[in-house]
Amino acid sequence: MIRVLYFASLRDRLGRADETLSERPATVAELRAALVARGGIWGDVFADGQRVLAAVNQEMASAEQVLNEGDEVGFFPPVTGG
Amino acid sequence: MDVEIRVQDTPLDALAETAPVFAGRPSVGGVVSFIGLMRDINHGDAVNSMTLEHYPGMTEKALAAIVDEAGRRWDLQGVRVLHRVGEIRPQDPIVLVAVASAHRGEAFRACEFIIDYLKTRAPFWKREQTADGGTRWVEARASDEHAAAGWGEP
Repeated sequence: MIRVLYFASLRDRLGRADETLSERPATVAELRAALVARGGIWGDVFADGQRVLAAVNQEMASAEQVLNEGDEVGFFPPVTGG
Repeated sequence: MDVEIRVQDTPLDALAETAPVFAGRPSVGGVVSFIGLMRDINHGDAVNSMTLEHYPGMTEKALAAIVDEAGRRWDLQGVRVLHRVGEIRPQDPIVLVAVASAHRGEAFRACEFIIDYLKTRAPFWKREQTADGGTRWVEARASDEHAAAGWGEP
């Protein structure tokens, strides 16, 4: 099981702030591919070439990062603070 | 190095919040502070207000990691990073980065490093309410990426 959170413009476009997935993809890249496979807006938001950043357990993560049981994955657009 | 990091949804009194970085520390020889303010215009459009969102939990960790890195690179006595979330209006402070050191050079460099890294690594997002009644998410700027990249990888 993993927890997935969506922030800012991603959350608005997807119409969802968070969800729990019972199936655990092996990596961030595999999770992203599973989201693209939902089709519709999910395919648009997470398509290759779209700049989506990922964090695993609240730290910036690469596409290759391995996911473990109970991990929290956050997806968001490039940040605009400061 | 004494560190205070805070994310707050209430007004930020940037000038008053700068003093604690050096008060009671006679070894401090210089303080450099950066105050980021909301502007009333962006991409040529009048902006009435802005809403700042963040990733609670990750934000504090990300800011702490940035300040830690600054502390490894320079000899600092104190650092305060305070950032607004919620609704803000033009002229409101968005962020305060205040750095105290024995000498000015380290304080100047560390302050610029912290704000440059914050702008590309801390999970905050701005949504603008424009004068025509619309709302839009602010796009990240390539110039911010270049500024952060100029400091090299930690």
